[in-house]
Amino acid sequence: MKAYLILEDGHVFTGKSIGSRKTVISEIVFNTSMTGYEEVLTDPSYSGQAVCMTYPLIGNYGICYKDQESLRPYMDGFIVHELSRVPSNFREEDTIQAFLKRYDVPGIEEIDTRALTKILRESGTMNGMITTDPDVVPDKVLPEIRAYKTGNEVEEVTCTEKEFWPATDTVVGGITSPAYKDADPEAPVSGKRTGRTYKVALMDFGVKYNIIRSLNQRGCDVTVYPAWTKAEEVLAGHPDGIMLTNGPGDPQDCPGEIREVRKLYESDVPIYAICMGHQLMALAAGFNTKKMKYGHRGGNHPVKDLETGRVYITSQNHGYVVDTDTVDPEIAEPAYVNVNDRTNEGLRYKGKHIFTTQFHPEACPGPQDSAYLFDKFIRMMGGDQ
Amino acid sequence: MSRDMSIKKVLVIGSGPIVIGQAAEFDYAGTQCCRSLKEEGVEVVLLNSNPATIMTDGDIADKVYIEPLTVEVVEQLILKEKPDSVLPTMGGQAGLNLAMELEDRGFLKENNVRLIGTTSLTIKKAEDRQMFKDTMEKIGEPVAASEVVHSLEHGIRFAEKIGYPVVLRPAYTLGGSGGGIAHNENELREILANGLRLSRVHEVLVERYIGGWKEIEYEVMRDSAGNVITVCNMENIDPVGVHTGDSIVVAPSQTLGDKEYQMLRTSALNIITELGITGGCNVQYALNPDSFEYCVIEVNPRVSRSSALASKATGYPIAKVAAKIALGYTLDEIPNAITKKTFASFEPMLDYCVVKIPRLPFDKFITAKRTLTTQMKATGEVMSICTNFEGALMKAIRSLEQHVDSLMSYDFTGLSEDQLIHDLSIIDDMRIWRIAEALRRGIPYDRIHSITKIDIWFIDKIARLVEMENTLKSGRIDEETLREAKRMEFPDYLIAKLNGTLSEDEVKEMRKQAGITAAYKMVDTCAAEFSAETPYFYSVYGGENEAVSTGDRKKVLVLGSGPIRIGQGIEFDFCSVHATWAFEKEGYETIIINNNPETVSTDFDIADKLYFEPLTPEDVENVVNVEHPDGAVVQFGGQTAIKLTEALMKMGVPILGTSASDVDAAEDRERFDQILRQTGIPRASGGTVFTAEEGVKVANELGYPVLVRPSYVLGGQGMQIAISDDDIREYIGVINRYTQEHPILVDKYLAGTEIEVDAVCDGEDILIPGIMQHIERAGIHSGDSISVYPAKDLSDEIKKKIETDTRKLANALHVLGMINIQFIVYKNEVYVIEVNPRSSRTVPYISKVTGIPIVPLAAQVILGHKIRELGYEPGLQPEADYMAIKMPVFSFEKIRDADISLGPEMKSTGECLGIAKSFNEALYKAFIGAGVRLPKYKNMIVTVRDSEKEEIAPIIKRFENLGYKIFSTRGTAKYLTEHGVHAVPVNKIEQPSPNLMDLILGHKIDLVIDIPEQGAEHSRDGFVIRRNAIETGVNVITAVDTARALATSLENTDIKTLDLIDIAKILKRGNRN
Repeated sequence: MKAYLILEDGHVFTGKSIGSRKTVISEIVFNTSMTGYEEVLTDPSYSGQAVCMTYPLIGNYGICYKDQESLRPYMDGFIVHELSRVPSNFREEDTIQAFLKRYDVPGIEEIDTRALTKILRESGTMNGMITTDPDVVPDKVLPEIRAYKTGNEVEEVTCTEKEFWPATDTVVGGITSPAYKDADPEAPVSGKRTGRTYKVALMDFGVKYNIIRSLNQRGCDVTVYPAWTKAEEVLAGHPDGIMLTNGPGDPQDCPGEIREVRKLYESDVPIYAICMGHQLMALAAGFNTKKMKYGHRGGNHPVKDLETGRVYITSQNHGYVVDTDTVDPEIAEPAYVNVNDRTNEGLRYKGKHIFTTQFHPEACPGPQDSAYLFDKFIRMMGGDQ
Repeated sequence: MSRDMSIKKVLVIGSGPIVIGQAAEFDYAGTQCCRSLKEEGVEVVLLNSNPATIMTDGDIADKVYIEPLTVEVVEQLILKEKPDSVLPTMGGQAGLNLAMELEDRGFLKENNVRLIGTTSLTIKKAEDRQMFKDTMEKIGEPVAASEVVHSLEHGIRFAEKIGYPVVLRPAYTLGGSGGGIAHNENELREILANGLRLSRVHEVLVERYIGGWKEIEYEVMRDSAGNVITVCNMENIDPVGVHTGDSIVVAPSQTLGDKEYQMLRTSALNIITELGITGGCNVQYALNPDSFEYCVIEVNPRVSRSSALASKATGYPIAKVAAKIALGYTLDEIPNAITKKTFASFEPMLDYCVVKIPRLPFDKFITAKRTLTTQMKATGEVMSICTNFEGALMKAIRSLEQHVDSLMSYDFTGLSEDQLIHDLSIIDDMRIWRIAEALRRGIPYDRIHSITKIDIWFIDKIARLVEMENTLKSGRIDEETLREAKRMEFPDYLIAKLNGTLSEDEVKEMRKQAGITAAYKMVDTCAAEFSAETPYFYSVYGGENEAVSTGDRKKVLVLGSGPIRIGQGIEFDFCSVHATWAFEKEGYETIIINNNPETVSTDFDIADKLYFEPLTPEDVENVVNVEHPDGAVVQFGGQTAIKLTEALMKMGVPILGTSASDVDAAEDRERFDQILRQTGIPRASGGTVFTAEEGVKVANELGYPVLVRPSYVLGGQGMQIAISDDDIREYIGVINRYTQEHPILVDKYLAGTEIEVDAVCDGEDILIPGIMQHIERAGIHSGDSISVYPAKDLSDEIKKKIETDTRKLANALHVLGMINIQFIVYKNEVYVIEVNPRSSRTVPYISKVTGIPIVPLAAQVILGHKIRELGYEPGLQPEADYMAIKMPVFSFEKIRDADISLGPEMKSTGECLGIAKSFNEALYKAFIGAGVRLPKYKNMIVTVRDSEKEEIAPIIKRFENLGYKIFSTRGTAKYLTEHGVHAVPVNKIEQPSPNLMDLILGHKIDLVIDIPEQGAEHSRDGFVIRRNAIETGVNVITAVDTARALATSLENTDIKTLDLIDIAKILKRGNRN
């Protein structure tokens, strides 16, 4: 069945329908990762967006449920050049086609994804409609497409109730989380326990499981809190550290969360924040965020540690960025910068046990080079500066 | 900036002659590296014994030494040029080995010279088997259970412990020489003994067999600050067991999930960090297809064939960046040459798929085993780029120029199903064609996978191509089918052929009507995330075209020479690149089409635009349709380019230089005879035939011996000397394995002195830089002969005659540009053998030793300049005051069962140069450069056919005088003894021990001189002796003249200090432009 992608600037791509047949309007973004489509599909930060994969051959190794980064795909639509007819991998449990159908995610294949990417690069991220309805007249639906705006996506993706994820090598009262059970015990891990068990409170703005797993592997018992949880409740659990996670949408759409993060900032509990968490902390500290032309989405972004001069290749997924010019040097200083476009990639808060990064040390998908930041967080909880 | 300003003068070591396992990729890397160093104001001293390279040009390095790659030469060169640093990581294994020896001898320290780009500890950790294993263990990186052994007994003990089969890998050898898989003790004994012998340190690794695992490679980089990145990963379609150089490779990996991809990526980065490499590194993995288990196979701490492939596949210039890192720069300080907006500290993201296929030499070595193992056999490779795998595979197949254009090109329809299934277990260069046939028969994927271990994903892709074949065969082709067939890169003529009802033109017309045309996408390193202006394109069907015809300059299309193969080597890339630069200087916009990832011509900054495409009429026409060039040059790209002449004319593209009709006149026997009559130049008499019986008739009229060869081929392919009717039948039978469009030539064989001339003709005047004389007399292919400049045995009168004949022939053929002529001087008469109105194999050599830049001159005359106005007096140029000898280099030890005896069909893979004031010193340098380092044991074996005995006796006497002990078969021994040479008679191999074979396997033999019977050899004796000698590392000579030259060279080994000559000075002197 034919499918159409209509962009708000009037471009129309005709391809083949994949997954659900329903019509969606969403924000169209592109991701340049060559592997890890399943992790991209299930990254809650894509809520409210439809993702175009720039690598043309997608689905080659199928779907392995243990590799999901959340309970289900949250993205609105999936745009690819070619889906593999026969996936092949020893862990493959399903095809991407069936996976999209099961979760009612529509998509389109057999379009020139490079041409689409160039449009997004030149004109910036824009809205679009994916539909299988041949009667849709682009000119008529353009106003509707243009009017679309992502809402408070965090509310869509955060967990509904508090969850407990114990450290990998400890069993606490026989509790293991359903998601944890699903993790592949054979899959390579990025770190291991070096000291005692730490209690981490994790604010779930749309967490990727591998953030939790990275902490679990390092000996942390993690309590996952819904995004709307009051800071008082979190602090009442006497955590050794607080993790603020990634999440979807515009951070300025989350005033409630920002208010609670401000309270966490004022506590003396060590905090590490990733992506949306990093942006919320910046807003809580009085700095500003701004929308990027087309964002950073992929696994090849070079980030420089301003203290050591070392460059790390990082996994990224963000369309908003902390405006470095608004960072008050009395309160925080840039810790990382993007080598390509010099945008802010992390902040160190002065006189606080708080550091935040725009990029994703949990990888999944992408390079594991910055996984050491979880170790840094552990050391901070252990009393290191 | 972290640039180390104390680095001012760097010695760069090249990789030497092209051999299997060490080819043009090092010219590409070395050239890029030298240019990168010069950009930084560093003075570059270059050492490489290979004159056919671009890196040995005067404008690439400041000082150029084309001298043997030995420790003695490097030491002497360091003392002479006083560089502050040596960069050894661009010269392959040869470069690293030299660096290690220099370091081990303490020479570098003594002379205050440092290694840059690597350290000796790094090299040892990566190359020394035990240290490598220990290093991997230290950082927890798994390697297959293995042990380093120095003796046969130890190897057998260990193999018994871990169980057969085991893999054997000798230390410090190229391309896995001497390695293999042993399934039992007998095989172990054979391979291990050989491997121990070939290893520089008599060391072989015996390891657990992991055949059938996925073979994955990562190209990684690290700077001195410790920053690490991955340039690219690659997946071998052929599982572990086939050398990566012989495998079909795809980039990026296709069947790895992110967990596997990142696991290996992290491992590769840990390894490069632990090894402390500053520059590029290649890490090869075996990955268990059924788990996360993996092991590190090997690490190459330098640029390599894989890094060249990764550079071309991604657009990331590894060698250039590695050179900058060697100077101290960090990755984030080096701009990305493609986007110009980002830096070298990022990882390329591909939005296409790349397929590489090796070019194997089995068309040259028809007796050789086609089996592929851990020992590399390919001489070259092709690469293709497409947005889908099927298309990339189809494009790569037709780029091979090996009579293959699809998965139907090898015919297995005659096999029974049982036989076919059985044959699926054969691992050779035809495996994917067998798989295609199996799929046509409906054999299930699982069955094929369980036999071949090739991943189901690839099998399904092959199946899709097979399905398309069937669809095309099954009747009317609709638009959708056509679109899909073109997406998968089926050429029009193949669609027409399969369909049977449409002609090629009708298919093309149908495409035009439906708007199905090739579009070009850019290779930009970043999957379109950033805008780039790289002029590097590949074609796809369906999608937006990014290549636009630009500028108001006139445009010239330069056709490259495709994959490196025996007979068409790196020389033609040299010519293509220089022609491109010359056209650019003349104000032209230059466009290159080529498909060889190893070469300089496919670097994206050589021409104004690079199209990485197959060199077939349709692929070229697609480019022409976008670019509309004002003309095309075909005379620099070897036979590959010449073959496209007719097609280009049909497209309406003017051929610049000698016209197609005149090219044809030189190839077409009748027309050429006409020209010879007209010019009064004699040639050996002969005739043209199509069948063996016609051949026999002509041969009998001429009288044996005769030369038999196909027309319109390069490198003497299929050329043989026949001495009987049976020979004629056999040879013509071989030639006619493939349908011949052109007749076969049968000529009287004249055993005279062979002369070769390259010249430039501007339409009136000619310029001959110099006359080259072959040491071996006619009958041995010119590419396999030792070539001497200036010709030393010709009278002035003969030289004058050659000059006159060259002018006459060039004028009669209306040559505009290059011409190459081979003559025979026989009984003081000059005969012409063949004329090629195009550039030749000897062009780089003669350009360098005379300093006359004939390729640029040819380009200039093509554009209308006259030789006189370019600053040259026409005619034969004055001779140089030194001798320059081009020595062929062979790779026989790599090709099991290949016959090594020299004849009219070319067999060498490369060449080296010996240049000196005297002939003897030049010859000595040339032999050393070719790896002939004698004497060692001073024992030699001589077996000579009767007709040559008289001539060989005095030569053998000279060896005896040099202290050699001579062993001979009884006939030869008797003759030699009668003629004053003391020769020990030895039994032939079929006779009881001790016989010749025992002698050879006893490893105390320096040299075998075996002059086989002319004509087809029907006794296997000679063949077996030569093979065994080569495989045990013994030098073998099969021509009397070569033996004489070697004796001369050995008589002069008292030359202690070689006089090193800076070629750059010659080049400056010769270039009056």
